[in-house]
Amino acid sequence: MLQKRIVVCLDVRDGKTTKGIKFKGNIDIGDPVEMAALYYDQGVDELVFYDITASSEKRGIMIDVVSRVAKTIFIPFCVGGGISSLDDMKKVIAAGAEKISLNSAAVRNPDIINQGARHFGNQCIVLGMDAKADPAMPSGYRVVIDGGRKQTDLDVLAWALEAESRGAGEVVLNSIDADGTREGYELNLTRMISENVGIPVVASGGAGKPDDLADVLTRGKADAALIASMVHFGDYTVPGIKEYLDEKGIPVRL
Amino acid sequence: MIAVVDYEAGNLKSVETALEHLGADFIISSDPLVLAEADKMIFPGVGEAAQAMAVLTKSGLDRVIKDFAATGKPLLGICLGSQILFDHSEESDTDCLGILPGRVRRFSSKMGLKIPHMGWNTLTHSEHPLFKTLPQDKSFYFVHSYYVEPQDEADIIGSSDYGHSFTAAVSRGNVMATQFHPEKSGEWGLLILKNFINL
Repeated sequence: MLQKRIVVCLDVRDGKTTKGIKFKGNIDIGDPVEMAALYYDQGVDELVFYDITASSEKRGIMIDVVSRVAKTIFIPFCVGGGISSLDDMKKVIAAGAEKISLNSAAVRNPDIINQGARHFGNQCIVLGMDAKADPAMPSGYRVVIDGGRKQTDLDVLAWALEAESRGAGEVVLNSIDADGTREGYELNLTRMISENVGIPVVASGGAGKPDDLADVLTRGKADAALIASMVHFGDYTVPGIKEYLDEKGIPVRL
Repeated sequence: MIAVVDYEAGNLKSVETALEHLGADFIISSDPLVLAEADKMIFPGVGEAAQAMAVLTKSGLDRVIKDFAATGKPLLGICLGSQILFDHSEESDTDCLGILPGRVRRFSSKMGLKIPHMGWNTLTHSEHPLFKTLPQDKSFYFVHSYYVEPQDEADIIGSSDYGHSFTAAVSRGNVMATQFHPEKSGEWGLLILKNFINL
């Protein structure tokens, strides 16, 4: 039976893991390669690395991180942030990542999804989507980019469906409103997207306790749950969360 | 020496790092002579069947892999590499290598299944040297939209379930294949690769 995935997200800035709330006030919390090894040993199902490095000249540091992570862990991992061309994708894949998350760049140039899917296969291309509640939009949520700083004209559901038809193999759906609050995932948003697309949906933003994951993986219909703060600051561990989900009858890899 | 077939289909890096980690003696190559000389072959692959077959045919590697399989030396196909070993794939209606009898079919989205089948799924397996000391029902990482359907059920050595039971691992003589990615399946995946190295 296919199990629900627990995905740990590491935001990486200038080669260091960092964490903020609603994309602000980031503090450094450790070495991404060491943290990847720790979570691998704890039995995490997948990792996501978001490169939030501000300057393009420091991007080479991220490729080095990716390549060291690839030598350390033997589970899939995804890399996102600042990837805007086929050439960027090739570098990340060559360094050993399985998946590439396209976010702002895909909004600016949707064809990059098609290019990536053609070159590496659908399974490799993840649509990273930041959603903000907005009653003016048909689905009730608007796509925002550039780390939540910039609004777009895109409706979240319409954009998810378009990305799927262009060849995205998965959606990581992040609620800007819930991000870093630790008050639970946006269940309505997650369920709406998951029920309407034919590809797996990873819920992101707002996890604060194991029950939040249970909710989003059942009522929210998510295929995977992404966590960060919950485990980065030592409040919970991956095995502890998985045991909790297992007791609730949710299929997880133990 | 294990030869890993390089045919421009997807991610060889993860197979490379896993083999390095296990201390295997291996080479990644697209050179027919190097491949033919190897003691074992790993045929990985991520991507699309028709495109992969086109590259294999154009480069003559299709013949190299078939000849290798015929020598009786151990050959391991992974994911797309596993599917291409069969006669035919529904993906772009593609004739494949025909080393293993059977067909490759697409999961039906009618049952409300997400496609690709992506993530960790449990494996039920039969006794096979590839699965030496592997407990039942351990999880492996899958990412695929198509699955193999061997003509001869005796070739099935592992099964998983996604909407229905499907073949997750096969073996026919010296030719073995897994639909899941052992190189991305944590310690149990590494065990399978180690068992292959030690065959």
